[in-house]
Amino acid sequence: MVRAEPRLSSEEAAPPAVSLRAVSFAWPGQENPVLHIPELTIKAGERLFIFGPSGSGKSTLLGLLSGVLTASEGEVSVQGTALHKLGGAARDRFRGDHVGVIFQQFNLVPYLSILENVLIPCRFSARRAARAARQAGSAALAARNLLECLDLRAELWERRVAHLSVGQQQRVAAARALIGGPELLIADEPTSSLDADRRRDFLRLLLRECENSGSTLIFVSHDQGLAAEFSSAANFEELNRRAGR
Amino acid sequence: MRNLTAARAAEMIRFTYLFFLAGKSAWNRRGTLLLVVLSIALSTTLLLGLERVRTQVRESFVQAVSGVDLVVGARGGDMQLMLYAVFHLGGATNNMSWKSALSIAARPDVAWSVPISLGDSHNGYPVVGTSADFFTRYRFRGGRELQLAQGGSFSDLFDVVTGSEVAKKHGYVPGSRIILSHGNSGAQLARHEDKPFVVSGVLRPTGTPVDRSLYISLEAMEAIHLNWQGGAPIRGLEIRPDQVRKFNLEPKSITALLVGMKSRSRVFALQQDIRNWKEEALTGVMPGVAMDQIWRLVSTGEQALFLVSGLVIFTGLAGLASAILAGLGERRRELAILRSAGARPLDILILLACEGFLLLCAGMACGLLLLVLLLLALGPTLADSYGIALHVSPPGTGELLLLGGIAAAGFLTCLIPAWRAYRLSLADGLTAST
Repeated sequence: MVRAEPRLSSEEAAPPAVSLRAVSFAWPGQENPVLHIPELTIKAGERLFIFGPSGSGKSTLLGLLSGVLTASEGEVSVQGTALHKLGGAARDRFRGDHVGVIFQQFNLVPYLSILENVLIPCRFSARRAARAARQAGSAALAARNLLECLDLRAELWERRVAHLSVGQQQRVAAARALIGGPELLIADEPTSSLDADRRRDFLRLLLRECENSGSTLIFVSHDQGLAAEFSSAANFEELNRRAGR
Repeated sequence: MRNLTAARAAEMIRFTYLFFLAGKSAWNRRGTLLLVVLSIALSTTLLLGLERVRTQVRESFVQAVSGVDLVVGARGGDMQLMLYAVFHLGGATNNMSWKSALSIAARPDVAWSVPISLGDSHNGYPVVGTSADFFTRYRFRGGRELQLAQGGSFSDLFDVVTGSEVAKKHGYVPGSRIILSHGNSGAQLARHEDKPFVVSGVLRPTGTPVDRSLYISLEAMEAIHLNWQGGAPIRGLEIRPDQVRKFNLEPKSITALLVGMKSRSRVFALQQDIRNWKEEALTGVMPGVAMDQIWRLVSTGEQALFLVSGLVIFTGLAGLASAILAGLGERRRELAILRSAGARPLDILILLACEGFLLLCAGMACGLLLLVLLLLALGPTLADSYGIALHVSPPGTGELLLLGGIAAAGFLTCLIPAWRAYRLSLADGLTAST
């Protein structure tokens, strides 16, 4: 749910998954911000679909939420942590601990096995590794469980990434984003390289696994047709009120 | 406190993982990187091999004569005296008297002495008049003794023992008859045709000037010059070889005297006495010091060689950096994935530096292996024909310094692509274009 009233969420016990206030972002050396969001609050556990045309700055928003980019102005809070106050290394650490990311395509490290690809976040974040181990006994078992839930058969696990279909690759990416139950899951057009049938299958699996882990999902796409699957949807162009528009 | 240790442990785990990633990534692109490793291996082999040969050549040069405590001769240049006494080079301008030589030899602190008398040559190789003691007293490279490959020492007046190179070049074996030339110009204007010599023995290769010399007894040296004066035979005076034994063949002078002391500590006393010699102006030189000086004169080429192999290393390292830099473009995606999973830009820097360093180490290890194989394959041949002993042995200080130098230079080189990756991953964030 996208709230217009910023203060409403503070009355709830749990902090919102995401809270943005008067955020603007400009690339270094550029005067005009590509992004200006006066207000955005996303409740914990929500499945939010954000749609908007390509090149409108959706990925920039996700960069801000994952702490890879820093806002030129304004406040960015994720899970109650004020990212704009953190240094670079602390933001990287926060991302490793609390955020899972799925890209549009080429989501996998080519020289690692599928299992190793899923386990990457556990290598960088002790917290994710510990949570995965608590869920399944060990991080590796958690990875196997996730791969199974995402319909990737065991005989594929040790195989080279290049031998997978695009749909299979995206499911491995989903498993990697989900391992260790990060509170926030960010998906940047993960279905746009899939055909219609696979798109729906992938989406259902992703939503189911988010439900299981209780993660908040922010799903960005230019394909408005997917909106029906989500609990709420927002038009990116309404969120983003760039200066001069 | 506990938090600090935990943080440090986490850093270690992370570093290990990055190292694992670097190894996997390099292995994945082994086809392209093999050439880089090979070029580093070859430059390592070249640099270390050169160092090995250099130290060995230097050692065989400086230790061309060992066990000799003092070289005595007429006063003049110290280095010149060494050139006469050890390399048998140059024409001695001044000789020392045989009388002085005898009184030095008779000193109680002198264990042995061997005379050296120059002046004649054979096909450009110096002919040295000496005593049979030369073959037992002469030592080279840490106390090695001269050994006869064939035949024996002098037994007859006109016997000659040849160095290995002389014998090899002219195919001399014991029993071969040879004619000596007067003077060392190589121009065979004045030959001792009337008194042919017979090869009695051939020495084994030593890698010292001995290989390029012929040895005769002092008496023979005296005998062939009985009817000579001022560099030419005395007209009308002919002395047949069978007649020479009737003459007094004791020499009047020699070029130099090699002296071994009973106790090394007495060297300085003898040197002092020789400097104050009443009968004539003499000098005594300690071989080690003088040989070092000569080496420094002749070894300027070695620096040029060193420079060249340094450049080869530079080329190898530049290849390493450019290979990693070239691969960076297609790896931006992969780096973005790692970043999305919580990797810091610093982790990316470490990852790339590790990868470069792994390749460097692999290259250096291959280079060392290649060097060992080369030493095993070529060592015996080199020892036989040049007397340069190249053994497989643990690296010396110089070699360790070189290896350390390559590693340090290599590490700095690896930081170039690592830094570039760091900058890229900062700029790219999660949105690296494919």
